[in-house]
Amino acid sequence: MDHPSLLDVISFGPDGWAPAMLAAAAMTILIASLGFVIGGVIGVGGAWAKLSGGRVTRALADAYTTVLRGVPELLVIYLIYFGGSAGVSSVARWFGVHGFVGLPPLLAGSIAVGATMGAQFTEVFRGAFQVIQKGELDAAIACGMSISVCFRRIIAPLTLRYALPGLGSIWQVCLKESSLVSITGAVELMRQAQIGASATRLPFDFFLVACAIFLIISTASGVIFAGAEAYFLLGSGRK
Amino acid sequence: MSDVVKRPAIRVTDLHKSFGSLEVLRGVSVSAQQGEVISILGSSGSGKSTLLRCVNMLETPNSGTIELDGEEIVFPPSIRSKSSNRKKVERLRSRLGMVFQSFNLWSHKTILENVIEAPIYVQNRPRADCVEEAKALLHKVGLFSKLDQYPSHLSGGQQQRAAIARALAMRPKAMLFDEPTSALDPELVGEVLKVMRALAEEGRTMLVVTHEINFARYVSTRIVFLHEGAVEEEGKPEEIFTSCRSERLRRFLEHVDVR
Repeated sequence: MDHPSLLDVISFGPDGWAPAMLAAAAMTILIASLGFVIGGVIGVGGAWAKLSGGRVTRALADAYTTVLRGVPELLVIYLIYFGGSAGVSSVARWFGVHGFVGLPPLLAGSIAVGATMGAQFTEVFRGAFQVIQKGELDAAIACGMSISVCFRRIIAPLTLRYALPGLGSIWQVCLKESSLVSITGAVELMRQAQIGASATRLPFDFFLVACAIFLIISTASGVIFAGAEAYFLLGSGRK
Repeated sequence: MSDVVKRPAIRVTDLHKSFGSLEVLRGVSVSAQQGEVISILGSSGSGKSTLLRCVNMLETPNSGTIELDGEEIVFPPSIRSKSSNRKKVERLRSRLGMVFQSFNLWSHKTILENVIEAPIYVQNRPRADCVEEAKALLHKVGLFSKLDQYPSHLSGGQQQRAAIARALAMRPKAMLFDEPTSALDPELVGEVLKVMRALAEEGRTMLVVTHEINFARYVSTRIVFLHEGAVEEEGKPEEIFTSCRSERLRRFLEHVDVR
């Protein structure tokens, strides 16, 4: 390929970059999804701590959201990647492996995304929970529901109803933030576009294609979120 | 059989409840025999709603005893019994049907789903049975045609009747009504009272906090008048309405609208 062109970037042929770009897109979705799930779990715990925890758990949750929302995301990724890798390296030394052992980029990346997003989740869940009519919880408690049943059957679906718009925008941030994870060596869209760009000297074409793929992913997920919102709004009087 | 031998369905003894420095209940004792309908009257701030919320422990009493169907819970719980207490509280609550002033149906569930929720997920009864029973209950309160609707599509009176069906679905030992008609438009009050009267005639044990003086007079078997967190007077409706001893109760009855 003496004169590679945009066609090569989107081609599945022997010189085409399409398979690599699609694999990278899958990696992007994987990092963002794992980060979203990890963040969601942290967010549920964080919101619970802020709403009904004791003084200590509440202070911890406040400290967590303050720090993670006030620090650049790139910095969090560095801290988790190098901090985690230092931990792994010292464990590896016990087994006689010396030198730098990196945390798997996918793992480090999704934990980093999850940790930063967890702070956003915490606030979104907390706000949504506070909108629930207190009486609906009274009714659940009054019929003898245990905390776990009440959470699963009443609190979670009602919180989701009010949280979903916020969760949709958190997901979009997750997607974009996954591009920062490229610094750990994870070959997601951004990284793959850089690799292709330097190999073919077609930076604009590669970044244009990466841009298009990002837009396709975010548009598709927007449709999914709109559907979920409609489902959880059932009975709210707004649908 | 005399009242002394018969064990009451609900017995509340010497209940105290404070919010901060405000003492809302100052040693209230009320008991209801099986099949009794007790109307709890009192001006606002007399502690009647708090009393009802304490009976099913939505508010934790500071001290006192609650006995339901032979099982009793003592407040404050001793350190030893604290862990087993939570399960016991949940069990007792599931035997009391609570009807709230603002209905409190679960807005994300249809009327049928509201009624079958607790029987399935608290009492672990088979779904098909619960659905069948729920349909019969909704038929009884006149909402069979609405079972697939969401609460927000129903009128206040319909929502309250659905809430009564939801409470009945737990096969409760007693029903608690917390001002069930106070949030309703006047023309919707009758349909709810009619359902409540039917329940009373079935011989259900009911504690009713209400301002509906006619319900208290003609449906209930006993009236308890609360004043500033204590029982000021109690007795059969005919006694209360013809010759009450308390001057405060007399004034209260003069002020409420007797139609």
